[in-house]
Amino acid sequence: MRNVPTVAANTFREAVRDRVLYNLVFFALLMMGAAILVGQISIGIEQDVIVSLGLSAISMIGIFIAVFLGVALVSRETDKRTLYALLAKPVKRWEFLLGKFFGLVMTLTVNTAAMAAGLYVALWSVKHPLVKSDAFLLVAVYLILLKLALIVALALLFSCFTTPFLAILFTAGIYVTGLFAADLRSIKAVDLDPRALRLMQGISYLLPNFQNFNVMSAVVHGRGVPAAIVWQATLYAILYIAIVLTGAAFVFSRRNLK
Amino acid sequence: MTPAPVDDARWLFKNKGMPQAAIEIENLSKEYPHGFLHLKKKKSLEDLTMRVEDGEVFGFLGPNGAGKSTTIKLLMRLIFPTAGSARILGKSIDDVAMHGSVGYLPEQPYFYDYLTAHELLDYFARFHRLTASDRSARVTAMLKKVGLETTKKIQLRKYSKGMLQRVGLAQAILHDPQVVVLDEPMSGLDPLGRREVRDIILELKGEGRTVLFSTHVLSDAEMLCDRVGVLVGGKLRGIGAPGELVDMKAQGMEILFELSGAAGNLALLEKATRTGERYRVQLPEAELYTALDALKAAGARILSVTQIKPTLEEYFMHLVETDRAQASAVEVSGK
Repeated sequence: MRNVPTVAANTFREAVRDRVLYNLVFFALLMMGAAILVGQISIGIEQDVIVSLGLSAISMIGIFIAVFLGVALVSRETDKRTLYALLAKPVKRWEFLLGKFFGLVMTLTVNTAAMAAGLYVALWSVKHPLVKSDAFLLVAVYLILLKLALIVALALLFSCFTTPFLAILFTAGIYVTGLFAADLRSIKAVDLDPRALRLMQGISYLLPNFQNFNVMSAVVHGRGVPAAIVWQATLYAILYIAIVLTGAAFVFSRRNLK
Repeated sequence: MTPAPVDDARWLFKNKGMPQAAIEIENLSKEYPHGFLHLKKKKSLEDLTMRVEDGEVFGFLGPNGAGKSTTIKLLMRLIFPTAGSARILGKSIDDVAMHGSVGYLPEQPYFYDYLTAHELLDYFARFHRLTASDRSARVTAMLKKVGLETTKKIQLRKYSKGMLQRVGLAQAILHDPQVVVLDEPMSGLDPLGRREVRDIILELKGEGRTVLFSTHVLSDAEMLCDRVGVLVGGKLRGIGAPGELVDMKAQGMEILFELSGAAGNLALLEKATRTGERYRVQLPEAELYTALDALKAAGARILSVTQIKPTLEEYFMHLVETDRAQASAVEVSGK
């Protein structure tokens, strides 16, 4: 377990040196543009627009990084064979995987925190001073981060046994269907075979329910998020990530490297 | 593919009374599935059993696809055997702790190119539980040993192939390992680089370490190895000291001589190859003295007389050609 922080720190260093955090420039420009535009066409919805746009951008940019870098965590190492020298050290394969996971989550945390700070600056520029209810934004950002960690775990799992292209496809597919997991559970199709319905509902419970991490509508309108929702989402994410990473470690520990 | 279990009790019983070898391999086999549905199996390594003794420099020889890298990857647990087992310094290769005493240089090594040589070595050293001061001292010493002191702050993406190979060697011996496994360490190196690698291997041997390396360069193997193993088609076809493997009995004699002016009707010249005024002729040992007398009478200047012995290369080529002939015979009979 002592090797995990070492691998994680190097993964973070890799992301920084590969200029992953440059996306922050794009986010900053987007927020500045939005703030200027909203200031000109203001009809009393500045906060709603800025918060919606900001949180959506944080989520989308994060998802993009989580999927693409998450898949590359293992596949790049195996393709370039940088992994060979590392696994010949006293490092267990699951330690390597866990280190890679935490390294990317660390990168996403720094990235998301910087974007959240940018969002507050944009918000302050359109309606200063900030009020106490603006702190709810942090809850939304925290839940986005949990969602991103879950996506990284899924990307890592798929990249352990398939090609990078398919891993990206599978991860993106699971994310999109996971957004509708709750709808699948509550579907009441009259003309659908009951067995097919049960199968669909069964599958929906296996899929990660990404709506658990979406509190944007409440936060945009300045409403608070109940603590129970935050706790449940946290536990759900930790449990799901633990299961997915266990699966990834199981697959990877048996994999023959090229 | 699930890793093949290691039956420790069976192993200990079979090797009772034998001194512990640095590397012990028993019936190691590796098959890869291939074909569209992965239903066919291709054997990369077949039933390999051998030992590398403590303090020995052992060379793995064989053409491409012979199973050299497969064996090394199996030992390093990068791939898993279909059957068989292996131990390094008495520990099963399933035991990750074994890697603490083993250094490994992969074939055509590629490292994190966003790191400098110093950062890479420092990163790898952290896995060996060295204290910060030990780590710093080891990294500095290794960079000096492989001649990368002046370029240690440059990112590896700017390194040449030879420099990367040196970084690879440095990371392999960074933690003072008892056993060093090098996969094609001379590959892609210029003559100077090859000589440096040879010197490092000899230095490791001088320090009492066990070195196992694979190579295509037979002269390197002849020069460095206490013993060599020849793998052809996934099978071990020969193992022993280079001098033992080849027949040491002279196959004939070679005379190098200079002859200026008219040579008269010297019959020997018909068999000789000429370069300027120099001639080289090969003949049976029994005819040596008669030939020397004739040359003396013709006024030739004898430059050297040497025995013709088979080289490791000829032995190697003989094994490869035999294997190819057998393979094509099987193919023909199959058809």
